Amino acid sequence: MEALFSALADVFGTDVTYSSAARFAALLAFCALGETIAERAGTLNISTEAMILAGAFAAAVGFDMTDRVTIGLLFAMAAGLVIAIVHANLSHRLTANTFVVGLTLNILVLGLATFLNRNLEPYSKRAHVFEVPVLSDIPLLGPALFGQSWPFYLIYPLIPLSFWLLYRTRWGLEVRAVGENPQAADVSGIDVNKRRRQGVYLSGLTSGLGGGYLLLGQVGLFEEQIVGGRGFIAIAALIFGGWTLRGAVAGCLLFGAVDSFRLSLPTVGYEVTAEVLQALPFVVTIATVAVFAHRTRQPAALAQPFIRGLT
Amino acid sequence: MTTQEPQADPVEPAAPGGRAVIYSKAREAGVVAGLYLSSVAVALIVSAALVAITGGSWREVFSALLDGSLRAPGRWGDTLGVAVPLVFVGVGTVIGGRAGLINIGQEGQLTFGAAVAMYAGLNLFGPGPFALVAMLLIGLAAGAFWAGIAGVLLYWRRVPEVLTTLLLVTVGAQVVGFALQRQWLLLAPIEGRSSRNIVSEQLDPSRRIGRIELFGNEFPISVFFALAFVVVVAVVLGRTTWGFKLRMLGRNARTAQRAGVSEWRYGMAGLLLSGGFAGLAGSVMVAGGDFGNFRLVPGFAVNIGFDGLLVALVARQRPLLVVPLALVFAALRTGSGFLAATGVEREITQIVQSLLVLALLVPPAILFIRERRRALAAMTART
Repeated sequence: MEALFSALADVFGTDVTYSSAARFAALLAFCALGETIAERAGTLNISTEAMILAGAFAAAVGFDMTDRVTIGLLFAMAAGLVIAIVHANLSHRLTANTFVVGLTLNILVLGLATFLNRNLEPYSKRAHVFEVPVLSDIPLLGPALFGQSWPFYLIYPLIPLSFWLLYRTRWGLEVRAVGENPQAADVSGIDVNKRRRQGVYLSGLTSGLGGGYLLLGQVGLFEEQIVGGRGFIAIAALIFGGWTLRGAVAGCLLFGAVDSFRLSLPTVGYEVTAEVLQALPFVVTIATVAVFAHRTRQPAALAQPFIRGLT
Repeated sequence: MTTQEPQADPVEPAAPGGRAVIYSKAREAGVVAGLYLSSVAVALIVSAALVAITGGSWREVFSALLDGSLRAPGRWGDTLGVAVPLVFVGVGTVIGGRAGLINIGQEGQLTFGAAVAMYAGLNLFGPGPFALVAMLLIGLAAGAFWAGIAGVLLYWRRVPEVLTTLLLVTVGAQVVGFALQRQWLLLAPIEGRSSRNIVSEQLDPSRRIGRIELFGNEFPISVFFALAFVVVVAVVLGRTTWGFKLRMLGRNARTAQRAGVSEWRYGMAGLLLSGGFAGLAGSVMVAGGDFGNFRLVPGFAVNIGFDGLLVALVARQRPLLVVPLALVFAALRTGSGFLAATGVEREITQIVQSLLVLALLVPPAILFIRERRRALAAMTART
């Protein structure tokens, strides 16, 4: 136990840890923001993984074609949206089981990305780093929050924007109503499945953008294992946060820190078994969610299909 | 993606006569068949287009797949061997699905079950056949244990099983990878393997599942075992009170609760069984010889867990449908081994599989909506 604390102290005394934690947290946050809106509307959208991967691959293709990061990010959002359109219309228009659709999409996109990557081999590289003057000189947190590659900064406007959308607009109110009591929402004239589809679309846009950020802001070159289950960790982050945006962002920060802790541990001189390090984020995620999940209340109609006139 | 059929007349004919009923039934069957055929056709056309766009020839791909799965000597035996674990995973998933549970971590349960079964197979003493049966049962228990973690978290801490089962896949892979690196667990002694080769010892020949040779094709006898097993599961699910209660829980948990079906007891049973059969699939893979040549190797599960899950998803909770679908998926897998000659990446089969699954989701959904529309129209016509 003592060794763990001293390791924690060592790791979190270096500013590299904070930088990588912020990067991981940003990726999770991109996905978790849209995912929270989708889940508040009642979709437990497990195709985030597919959306991130599609976004990352599309970003690589876009960058390869035009050599511009902006175009790559736009491609990424479009790819995420395409996945979302397939998912939303299959599960909220045709009422196919959302888990079945999501899981199949995950497998399909993994196959597609692998197949196309072998054939196209898109070339891409990391976007340039932009250091915000003055702010990036703050010790420890400065470089982490203000010394990243520029797509990173997209997360800053996106968080308040999602807040405004979900909690301050009529649309957001309707989304939340649809996730809590679809029958009542339906009676008061809201098109339940339309709101749910829109929630999934938003989730596709932000997750796709997250994928674009992952590729062009963090990794640089596409590979099939680039996402590695982070879409599911983002879902865990919002469960940890009790389906509120604030909590979801906190969860993203926590899981981002865990991810960066595991990467920094060997660099500050601790020898840990490789498998333990690999499994660590997943074990911590399961454990945290297990501790916190039952204290929160999920949207009452989460993962329940709405079919008009039934029940 | 969506195939829209022409809107049928919503007004039901008043008191239809005998011939009219036969006509409308035939038309209904035609619509259903047309829907399924066009969906599958769309999936295949999209896959073929993908091959064509990337510079391949879909004819060559198709014939290579057929050669690799059926026509070339000895291949259909291989296909049968690959279908066995798919059937086990698929049937297990059907049981869990009947209880309304979404277990998507079969890959992890399978890996863990295979590793524990391998450990048992290498270390148990006793005569061969008994050790083999014990090993299979231990693998089953291990898979159930791995799914049980998710079950405990679901019923004790209300963590969605969709999430935990999947996250446990990665954890399971790492646990098995850890064991495979340690000589006191699974790693074979250094004699007889090169030091970079991370494999377990080979299973003793007396503890392997027997193989049959038929017309130059070889397959394990677990094929018959799997078939018998599917029938048993179908009967238990369809014809017993237990199966009925399980289905009631899956359809409407609240009704089930009022009828005295304990949610956690039946749900847990469904989850344990689905994990257990994934574990059994893993142990059958270890002892059957179609995977890894009776050794445990890194990445042993080779996506059989996920493919089996897809089989179950297409089967839509009907155990008997698992068998033909497992054969199709197994054929795609063995066929993909022959794709190298065509210059098309073998991932194309993964794409075909998932497109087929998506396509086969559409017809039942359209039929369901159509039926509801008719019922609503009939109701409004009455009032």
